[in-house]
Amino acid sequence: MNQMATLATKAAAAVPVAPPPLVTLRGVHKVFANQVTALEGLDLDIRAGEFLSLLGPSGCGKSTVLRLLAGLTSPTRGEIVWLANCPELGFVFQEPTLTPWSDVFTNVWLPLRLAGVSKEKARPRIEEALEQVGLAGFAKAYPRQLSGGMKMRVSIARALVTRPTVLLMDEPFAALDEITRLKLNDDLAALRSSLGATVVFVTHSVFESVYLSDRIVVMAARPGRAVAEINVESPTASRQEGFRLCKAYADTCVQTSEALHVAMGDRPPAILKAQAPAL
Amino acid sequence: MSREDFVGYAVPAITLGVGLFAWEALVRYFAVPTYLLPAPSLIISTLITDWPTLSASLWVTLSITLKALGVAVVGSVALAILFAQSRLVERAFYPFAVAMQVTPIVAIAPLLLIYLTPGVAVLVCAFLVAFFPLLANTTLGLSSADHNLIDLFQMYRASRMQQFMLLRLPSALPYFLAGLRISGGLALIGAIVAEIAAGSAGQGSGLAYRIVESGFRLNIPRMFAALLLISVAGITIHLLLTALSHWLLRDWHDSERGRES
Repeated sequence: MNQMATLATKAAAAVPVAPPPLVTLRGVHKVFANQVTALEGLDLDIRAGEFLSLLGPSGCGKSTVLRLLAGLTSPTRGEIVWLANCPELGFVFQEPTLTPWSDVFTNVWLPLRLAGVSKEKARPRIEEALEQVGLAGFAKAYPRQLSGGMKMRVSIARALVTRPTVLLMDEPFAALDEITRLKLNDDLAALRSSLGATVVFVTHSVFESVYLSDRIVVMAARPGRAVAEINVESPTASRQEGFRLCKAYADTCVQTSEALHVAMGDRPPAILKAQAPAL
Repeated sequence: MSREDFVGYAVPAITLGVGLFAWEALVRYFAVPTYLLPAPSLIISTLITDWPTLSASLWVTLSITLKALGVAVVGSVALAILFAQSRLVERAFYPFAVAMQVTPIVAIAPLLLIYLTPGVAVLVCAFLVAFFPLLANTTLGLSSADHNLIDLFQMYRASRMQQFMLLRLPSALPYFLAGLRISGGLALIGAIVAEIAAGSAGQGSGLAYRIVESGFRLNIPRMFAALLLISVAGITIHLLLTALSHWLLRDWHDSERGRES
């Protein structure tokens, strides 16, 4: 009997069963005080360890989803259920949102400082976080002395210093120039595969979302809702810079782009349709 | 010294020099009587000969100014913090602070002289004019912290105290310092104006009193010498507060940016 039971367990383990989602949003409505409906009946599962992008035009409520997940606001209706209680969260805003009066070290220390961790105790964690974002030598610099991309790296280091299980990123690279943005995308992809954290990434860039994500949820505006879901086939862990040159990348970009056009209520441009099979 | 520094210091110095020279030359050429317009050289020599009297008066005026400024700093920051804690308190008191500010100090001074001793009345006048810019700026500063940072603090479950000490207070610092620079100058003006008002009450030994007294005695060179001291005191206060502001903000605030890049 005992042996049978063991065998059964082994068999069950061998079959890939989808683990329960890390967080589930069910019928989430969000109406702001000014009567604007940000979200209408959003259903969304976020799986542990995935890189999920929320892609959509302005006003589709994608940032509101992040704020709901971060607990900065609560849904008007519907529910948000976390699998684990109080997971450690990290949040990266569109702007670096650093305190200009303190140096890089003190900025990264902030989340731990608020939790009562002394500067000396936090030091190894802060140095590790700065190392992860490639800013090891910049602890004493002030935000003003850094470029936009470097400030963003500090912001990411600050989010990483608590070793979050969930990283929420709200269009973090939207204000950066294209070259810096590509570099940060590469670094984020590498960093993420070494961390194994779940990432929810809000963006309005098709290319960025395809390059980084396991899964893309396309959202439409007025009222904000999810309209399409796209799985990016190539596993994120094995992707490299060359992924941008792959057919799979191009195909997914076309597919995502079309979904976005549908979400925005206009027809995909004809040229895209004509070229899609050729790609 | 860079070319820009040279231009920055040398040009105003040359302007001043040429102006003083022209003044001296015109006064001598037209033999203008000293009770109308004394030459700069006479003003300087009066300043030296009358230094014991004038320096004592300078000290009186400066000590009133600094005391008033000190009380204004403590009072305005305390009240601004109170305003930041409660909207209701702000609503209740702010209109009165504005009313106090817009009423000309010269009009209040005689009234204060009825209730208070001249020394205290002068101090209160200087305090009243210095108080408002500090209060208005600090109140604005405390409520102008970056909204995303407030969200971030909330997300990391910061206490009210942490949010105040680590976010609101440093955010308010540049505003406070801007207010302080305005108030520093205003405190001196308030002290002088109140002293002139009180001077007619016969008590006082500050620089403003010396000016009034010299006017009565037609001692115009001394009047100019006292005026020069007031002016120098005002400039010194401004420079010191600017230096303080630079020292506190140089590492991070955009207003200090031009110096590096």
